Amino acid sequence: MPRVKVARKSTFIDMTAMCDVAFLLLTFFILTAKPRVDDPVKAEVPASSKIKAVPEENLATITIGGKNKVFYSVTGSDVRSEALKAMGEKYNVQFTPAEQFKFSNIEIFGVPMTKLKEFINMSEDEKKAFEQTGIPTDTTNNNELSNWILTSRQADKALHDRALDVAIKGDKKEQYPAISTVINVLGKQKIFKFSLITDLKTAPKK
Amino acid sequence: MAELDTSGGGKHKGGKIRSKKASTRIDLTAMVDLAFLLITFFMLTTTLAKKKEMDLAMPDNSVKTSQLPVAASRSMTILLGSNNKIEWYLGEPGKSAPTVDNYGKDGLRKALIENEKNVASTHAAPDNFMIVLIKPSDKSTYENLVTALDEMSIAGIQSYAIVKITQPEIDELKKQNLY
Repeated sequence: MPRVKVARKSTFIDMTAMCDVAFLLLTFFILTAKPRVDDPVKAEVPASSKIKAVPEENLATITIGGKNKVFYSVTGSDVRSEALKAMGEKYNVQFTPAEQFKFSNIEIFGVPMTKLKEFINMSEDEKKAFEQTGIPTDTTNNNELSNWILTSRQADKALHDRALDVAIKGDKKEQYPAISTVINVLGKQKIFKFSLITDLKTAPKK
Repeated sequence: MAELDTSGGGKHKGGKIRSKKASTRIDLTAMVDLAFLLITFFMLTTTLAKKKEMDLAMPDNSVKTSQLPVAASRSMTILLGSNNKIEWYLGEPGKSAPTVDNYGKDGLRKALIENEKNVASTHAAPDNFMIVLIKPSDKSTYENLVTALDEMSIAGIQSYAIVKITQPEIDELKKQNLY
């Protein structure tokens, strides 16, 4: 009896199309990827039914979390560097151009002016390990948070001729007085319109 | 002329020199592997859910404008207490019994919609919308405030404000064990 011979097929598949798709997707993801900034404190924002997206630029964010600690971040490295210069003059701290450059790459910080120089000169790992104490927000009219906001608003106006938007990003478990302090600081600078950053909750049915 | 002889042997005798046809198929497996690895990496690291923002306008307290007289019956005061509870009353404090309620569909939202309807039916247009005063106590959380503000927009309240809480109201909250 003759054995039935199974025709041997080639195991070679044409992968051109698969390769095309894979690289197309890869390109898409690379282009849309944005380095994520890790907050120094965990700020879990509350949910709301609002669907307006947070603007990507021209925004100063005040993060409140980790037992009433206040952190500050502002978009645009040029604005940051200008704000630092102005703050240095106000508080009599000299910053070298190298330090200004380093600071312009720090996305978010929460240290008082006295510690800022030290903080800027830390390496990335040291910064992560360093426990930031938050920006002082005492009740005086001239507290550091208020000056940071003021100087970055001035810098933004001078550099780009636009009004800086302010957003508050608070941890949901944060007690109201901490939020109220920040709102008062904003109110003293006549910022009465600002936004609260929230997570999207599924819209309720009316 | 300037061609490389790739045809291995020296077999050709006088005929044309033909270059050997190499297969155009390349093994793409490794490349695809790498591409998918990178795709997976970028997919997992991108954040798709962007954060949203809620606009909030506080009253300008630097300008002393003439204040419009408003009927007390049109106002509803919400006190934000501890333990995710609220207490609300209509009109002036002490005149009507406060109600302890929770945040949510059957609590605050229901109360807002019902009160809004009542005010609209008992007052003449155009001043027939309800004015809501949100008074967060020191024991309430940020989440409570955001939820309360969100409920305002869900219930379609035109006029609302965040107001500083007063001592009698704190006492009232204490009475209900919400402070």
